[in-house]
Amino acid sequence: MKKKFKLSGLDCANCAAKMEDSIKKIDGVNDASISFFTEKMTIEADENNFNAVVEEAAKRISAIEPDCKIAK
Amino acid sequence: MIINLSTKQNQKLSRIVISMLMFFLLFILNRTEIITENNYKGLFVLALYIVAYFIAGYDVVKKCFWGIFHGQIMDENFLMTLATVGAFVSGQFGEAVAVMLFYQVGEFFQDYAVGKSRAAVKELMSIAPEYANLQNDDGSIDIIDPDDIEVGDILIIKPGEKIPIDGIVVEGEGLINTSALTGESMPHFVETGNEIISGCINGDNLLKVQADREYEDSTVVRILELVETAANKKSRTENFITRFARYYTPVVVVSALLISFVPPIFLGNLMDWVLRGCTFLVISCPCALVISVPMAFFGGIGAASKSGMLVKGSNFLEIMANVDTIVFDKTGTLTEGKFEVKMINAMEGYTVEEVIKYAAAAESGSTHPIATPIISACKKPFRISKISDLENIRGRGITAKVGKNRIIVGSRRLMQEKGIVLYLDEPEDTGITVYVAKDEQYIGSIVLVDSLKKHSKEAIRNIISEGVKHIVMLTGDTKKNAAQTASELGFKDYKSDLLPQDKVKIIEDIIEDVGLRNKDKSSRKKVVFVGDGINDAPVLSRADAGIALGSMGSDAAIEAADIVIMDDNLERIPSLIRIARKTVDISKANIVFALVVKIAFLIMGGFGIANMWMAVIADVGVAILCILNSMRMLVVK
Repeated sequence: MKKKFKLSGLDCANCAAKMEDSIKKIDGVNDASISFFTEKMTIEADENNFNAVVEEAAKRISAIEPDCKIAK
Repeated sequence: MIINLSTKQNQKLSRIVISMLMFFLLFILNRTEIITENNYKGLFVLALYIVAYFIAGYDVVKKCFWGIFHGQIMDENFLMTLATVGAFVSGQFGEAVAVMLFYQVGEFFQDYAVGKSRAAVKELMSIAPEYANLQNDDGSIDIIDPDDIEVGDILIIKPGEKIPIDGIVVEGEGLINTSALTGESMPHFVETGNEIISGCINGDNLLKVQADREYEDSTVVRILELVETAANKKSRTENFITRFARYYTPVVVVSALLISFVPPIFLGNLMDWVLRGCTFLVISCPCALVISVPMAFFGGIGAASKSGMLVKGSNFLEIMANVDTIVFDKTGTLTEGKFEVKMINAMEGYTVEEVIKYAAAAESGSTHPIATPIISACKKPFRISKISDLENIRGRGITAKVGKNRIIVGSRRLMQEKGIVLYLDEPEDTGITVYVAKDEQYIGSIVLVDSLKKHSKEAIRNIISEGVKHIVMLTGDTKKNAAQTASELGFKDYKSDLLPQDKVKIIEDIIEDVGLRNKDKSSRKKVVFVGDGINDAPVLSRADAGIALGSMGSDAAIEAADIVIMDDNLERIPSLIRIARKTVDISKANIVFALVVKIAFLIMGGFGIANMWMAVIADVGVAILCILNSMRMLVVK
């Protein structure tokens, strides 16, 4: 399952790269990418625990950039 | 230039200004020795500096601790905090505040520049429709989300509205503006029965359109997705920067530690060395490169989209900048791919009108590509009801009864088979000659040609003058036709009578050959294929970059190619090469400039020639200049 999310408060290009690296390492994530300029995150992960993956991704994002959130 | 700042940016700006005023006041007081750190006001002065410091950079300090608690040390906030605290500790209050201030000025500027770029993207994305007017069965109209459109729905498009979905015009006619998709400023005429694609803007008339696909499969959504994901396919330059950034910061930090604590063991004077170490930290952020290089590529892709070219990734821009050979497909790419009647010959006793009339009548029962041009070349109406006994003879032609007359239209071979004598051996022109016989009598011939696109000649000339070394034409057409087209357009190199699979083989040979010719830098010279995307998908994907002429929204072309030219105009190719080269030049200039300045200041900092002031000005200056340089890509026309 592949889904796209909009990020808000993504202010640093280096952080975006770090987030991407970090999210790719979450269990169950097949692929992830963050585009700094379009402020979009794409996550490709197993369907059954997709929500858990997204929650974990949100945690990792705010660890790197506290003001950055997944826009609902 | 109108400067629009968000509230967040406004806050930051006021903080910078207040802190800067305080800083200058303190600085002047310090210089004039009204107060110095050493007299009784020393503590008070330190307190004032600390206030100025926190006004400017409390968020940096906060983020630094946040990072430490969340396992993210070594980010720029940490480095800046460490460097400035180091400066405070070694008694350089002014330096500490100045470094934080300049850092924030740089951040502010970056933020602003990024905001600008994002706005440029949004503008690009403005082709997305916000709503659609759905006509219900009872005639009433509902305004719905384009996502809710179903195949078969009838939509009303009012003058000036965006066309929300791909479909067929079922009522109305008028001009539509396709410039957001194709970069073409000439409006496009549509009428009942025509296909219409989403993202265009309706002109002055009301149109009714029947949706023939869902929103998520529509042209506009596919294009938006392409542009959005393009930024994810990174160029080699961008990958280099990411890898570089990963090593650069740790290396500089370790060097800073070594500089701070190793020399003092032998030379003493710990504070001085710590300060030098801190100077290192100030230069340790690779921000200038991490932002400016992707920004240049992003701007390049944006500039290309603005003029009607979709580039599916930064890497393809890099390939276009290093293009050595461009291979063109002939039919449908250099030529229209549609036949038209060039000449009609009539035998004595018959008129040209008669020849074309009989041919058109017979061809009206054919699906061969030459049927349509023959029919449309016939100005006089003929009655379909008079046509009977149609027989298609595959690959040869057609026979039919038109009224009382038996008509044969077809190749020389068909005429021979039917025993019809061709009196005059027509000088066979390039193109296709079709012979017409009436009641077993040869009455005339029709010559059809596939004419060149109107921009082909100019485009090829411009491509050559852009310095592309080789151009090659491939075609499945006959050698004679290929030679004719090649000489008209200025191709020295062409290959004819090819099957689709031959083309792949030829591309592979050319890639190998280009590699051999440029042995020393073979990885950098590229082979690009240009086709119409209809049956050359394998070739498009085999070339280093495949450019498809997507006659607005052709699915096959958009899928198969790396770069899509939306309006079939080959003249976009030279301008794409220019955009690509400019992008690559800008990013290279940024890399060289940033590295040279940073390394110079690292060395000068290490030797104690450059102090922290100079370092931070250099760092922020490099970032600002690189970003400004990259922003040039965004305004490229």
